[in-house]
This record gives sequence, structure tokens and C-alpha cells, in this order.
Amino acid sequence: MKYLKSFGEFWYDFIIGDDWHVAALIVAGLVVTEILTHAAKVNAWWLLPAVALAALAWSLHRVTDFRK
Amino acid sequence: MTALPLILTVFVACVVEAVEALTIVLATGITREWKSTLQGMAVALVALAVITAAVGPAIGYLPLTGLRLAVGALLAIFGLQWLRKAVLRATGYKALHDEASAYLREVNAARQAARESRRGVSDWYSFTLAFKGVLLEGLEVVFIVITFGDNQKNVGAAVIGAAAAIVVVTITGIAVRAPLTKVPENWMKFAVGVMLTSFGTFWGAEGAGVSWPGNDAALLVIVPVVALVAGSYIFWLRSRKTAAAVPAKESEVVA
Repeated sequence: MKYLKSFGEFWYDFIIGDDWHVAALIVAGLVVTEILTHAAKVNAWWLLPAVALAALAWSLHRVTDFRK
Repeated sequence: MTALPLILTVFVACVVEAVEALTIVLATGITREWKSTLQGMAVALVALAVITAAVGPAIGYLPLTGLRLAVGALLAIFGLQWLRKAVLRATGYKALHDEASAYLREVNAARQAARESRRGVSDWYSFTLAFKGVLLEGLEVVFIVITFGDNQKNVGAAVIGAAAAIVVVTITGIAVRAPLTKVPENWMKFAVGVMLTSFGTFWGAEGAGVSWPGNDAALLVIVPVVALVAGSYIFWLRSRKTAAAVPAKESEVVA
């Protein structure tokens, strides 16, 4: 059980890293892109880069916000 | 995409990982014992070869759309992690990853650890430390080589980039017998973060069904835009810090 836990922690840290919100936003961005492209027939090439850069800004803001 | 940008991207990413692995190996080998350290390193390299041999061809059989979606997501998440750390370090919110101090920390820990012989290895501490260090950094190299190589259908070029990085860092490490403190690690991490994020969003969106304007040429716009925006975050955080003029809040442990 202990090894399983450390195995899971290793992969979480390796892939997700310090801020899980960034990973969640990227996955959400991909899901919305897929829906827009296939269901709404919108070529949403602009969405994922915008989500990635916004996710980075938000993550940086959260870790450096002194007012919290 | 031609092979050269692929080779260069993989090379820079792998240099960063190889420098970190070298620091651990040097600190352990010089302080404790070279034989057990080299044994740990060799076993880690064999484990990495087995992982690559098992995962690499299997990924090649996946449909390209699904592969690009999954790999794009992973690369973008991975790249944003690197960019986040690089921006925080460049702005002083996180301590710079200093190979000299990392080396000293490893040396001090190695000096204090007890010597124990186990499973035919004369110094188990040196063995496990070298094994873990090389395996963890090596896994990142394998991840980058497989994802970039498979997506571009040119694993050979990615392997050339990774092998060149490992050879250059190893030869330099043997020559100077010290951690490579002159490598501008944070700026290299920033550059790699830009490349991983750009390729990740490009492939991820393609996997989700998007058709990029200009096809592969879109990367020529995405890469500089990501670099410019991430660079502007450095200026934003610096000005914010100056305006606040209070001690930085940083609760994260420096990797």
C-alpha cells in the first residue's frame, strides 16, 4: 500500500506538478475545443493557446498574491 | 517540421535533465564511492532502456489523432509547469535552482549517511541515490524523446538530440569534475517550457480536431507568442513585487 501510494504520488508530481488547476484548465480547454470543432463546426484553433497562457497567468497570480 | 528544430528542442530539454542527474552522480561518487554510484547509474540506464523499449513502439501503434490529443495535453501541462517555475525563479518568488548549492546539499547528506552493504552492492546509499537521480531525470528525457519523436514520426532525430545532450554533459562533467554551475539553467528551462507548451497546444488542438491556419507553419507564430507572453509575465511580476515592496510569499519547496 505504501509503495502504491508513493508510486501514485510520483506520477502526480511528475505530470501535474505544483498546481493542479493548470492541468484541469488544459483538459477543460481540450474538451471545449473538441466540442466546438465537432459539434458546433467552429475551427477553434485559438482556444487552447489562450487557455494555456491564461492558466499560467492565473497560477502565477495565485502564488504571488500578497493580499490573500 | 524539419529534423533540426526537433533535434535542438530535445537537445536543450535533455541538457537541463542531464545536468541535474550529473550533479547527483558527482556528489555521490566523489563523497562516497564510485563503484556503487556507477552501479546505481548503470541499473537506472538499463531500467530506462527497458521502459523506452516497452512504451516507445506501443505508442507508435496508437492512432495519430488520439496520440496527439493525449500527448498534446501532457506536453502542455508539463511545459506550463516548467514555465511557471522559470518565471517564479526569474522574478525572485522562488529561489534559483543553483547546481552549486544542490551539489553541496547532496555532499553533506552523503557524508552523514551510514555505510551499508546490501544485495552485492558495497555502499547501498550511493547505489540508491545514483539510481533514483538518473532514473527520475532520465524518465523526463524518455518522455520528451518519445512524445516529440512519435508525433513528428522521427524518433531517430529525437534520440540524436537526447544522446548529444547526454554526451556533451557527461564529457563536460568528466572534464571539470564539478557541477555545471555555468549553465544558465533557468533560462534554458524557460526556453524548454516555451517549446513544450507551444508544441503541446499545437498537437493537443490538432488532436481535438482543429485545423491550424498555415498547418505546421502556425508553430512559427505560436512559439514566439508563448515566449513573448510568458516573458511579459516576468515584467508583470517584477513590477508587482516592486509595487508591493513586501517580502515575497513563497510556500513551495524548491525542487
